[in-house]
Amino acid sequence: MVMRKKLLSYMRAQISIAIFDKMSFKNLSDKVIARVKIIVFLLAFMPLDKLLLYAYLNNLGANPIEKITRVTGYWALFFLLITLAITPIRRLTKWLWVMRLRRMLGLFAFFYGFLHFLTYLILDQFFDCEAILKDIIKRPYITIGFFAFVLMIPLAITSTDSLIRRLGGKRWRFLHRLVYLTAIAGVIHYWWLVKKDLTEPIIFAVVLTTLLGVRVFYGLKSIYKV
Amino acid sequence: MKYYKNKPISSSEITPSYLFYARRKFMQLVGGATLAAIMPSTVWANDKLSASQNVTYNLKDELTPYKDVTSYNNFYEFGTSKEDPAENAKGLKTRPWSIVVDGEVKKPKTFDIEELLKMAPLEERIYRFRCVEAWSMVIPWIGFPLNELIKQVEPTGNAKFVEFISLHDQEQMPGQKSSVLEWPYREGLRIDEAMHPLTLLTMGLYGELLPNQNGAPVRVVVPWKYGFKSPKSIVRIRFTESQPVSSWMQAGPNEYGFYSNVNPDIDHARWSQAKERRIGEFFKRKTLLLNGYAEEVAQLYAGTDINSYF
Repeated sequence: MVMRKKLLSYMRAQISIAIFDKMSFKNLSDKVIARVKIIVFLLAFMPLDKLLLYAYLNNLGANPIEKITRVTGYWALFFLLITLAITPIRRLTKWLWVMRLRRMLGLFAFFYGFLHFLTYLILDQFFDCEAILKDIIKRPYITIGFFAFVLMIPLAITSTDSLIRRLGGKRWRFLHRLVYLTAIAGVIHYWWLVKKDLTEPIIFAVVLTTLLGVRVFYGLKSIYKV
Repeated sequence: MKYYKNKPISSSEITPSYLFYARRKFMQLVGGATLAAIMPSTVWANDKLSASQNVTYNLKDELTPYKDVTSYNNFYEFGTSKEDPAENAKGLKTRPWSIVVDGEVKKPKTFDIEELLKMAPLEERIYRFRCVEAWSMVIPWIGFPLNELIKQVEPTGNAKFVEFISLHDQEQMPGQKSSVLEWPYREGLRIDEAMHPLTLLTMGLYGELLPNQNGAPVRVVVPWKYGFKSPKSIVRIRFTESQPVSSWMQAGPNEYGFYSNVNPDIDHARWSQAKERRIGEFFKRKTLLLNGYAEEVAQLYAGTDINSYF
């Protein structure tokens, strides 16, 4: 509780600095960006913090493994969509600085996806390779979920400055379009695993369609203008 | 030299505390028993439900904690997440309550819940409970065989199946505002399955009346089938000649069959049924054919390959 209060007051202070630092929102200074990044970084860990706290308090419910699987999977998808929202936000608001958050958000999507995968590998199946292989081959929702996760790996690896430089912007951008596939596969994964109540998968699907639709819209616009 | 106005009580005269409390306990018991004898009409008081332990169906497995049994439920009438029923079922009114029993029977009748509770001696039975989602529990239910009720209404020769219909009331069951399933919830059994002594008309668990989230005030428990085949909050039991269509069959015909016997060799359309996670355990355990009740119920499916029942 104390930690949380401290964290909240720190964030409040940082936000007010960001606002009153006579900044326009179009561009923020490096100093402010660094602060925003810290805030986003701390915020992005909150789902994990909550999970760990609840695990410590033995408060994860009757089926803790299912709960952990659901929470990590949910946040992996959530961060994927947030990452995909960055470019549309920049276009709509002309805030250039949001781009500087994209890598971190994308890595958080990978982070939660990785935790999700580890939960399945260790907690759920406990390294039962035969069962896992069968699952991946036989169960479409696991096949596609695994596919979504695997596609994220090269993106996470090539996210460092030096690798971006070595690949070159063009090739890097091309490679990182894989994130669209990951997000689509991730949402399908969620859609297929739900027993009956599709409310949440539908929300994710609508948001994803919108985010991809915006890209198509801008793409077409640029084609027809040129 | 010590002076005592009264002779001190020698320690031998002091009633040991264990006897003192034993007497208290005895008096409470006698008092309770007397009270129960004076008012024999109620077998339940303060939500407690007395029942004798059934020695045959007395599984030695460790019981799933009461808290888990009553906080991790699939009861879509109260919402689709596992925590919803415990939260949303508080508004369910379980008194008065009655069950209409009709259809292919000689003596159709409406039974009041109080009448049901006295119809046959209540037994506590410890059953495995296996959900189609590959988790399981061990639960001490209280009830009596459904066949006791069936015998009273005398099914006709045409009665081949039994349909169970649960309460349909959006006010009390907020989950019914969503069309996630077709309401009311309907389930069904073949008549011989319904007559089987394992099939339990259930009014309680863990020594008390059924909590609302577990299907109060009356449900059926069919331990060798997946959990959704054990309907909750039943208001009508109908005997039919043709096989009824259950809510889950309607929702997913190729995922939920009419029989839905627990069978590790028949996978669900989207996940394996070979193993299950017993709530409270870390490692998955192997799922047993007919949930471990093969010896008792296999004869219901004799002559045909058990795997052909879906």
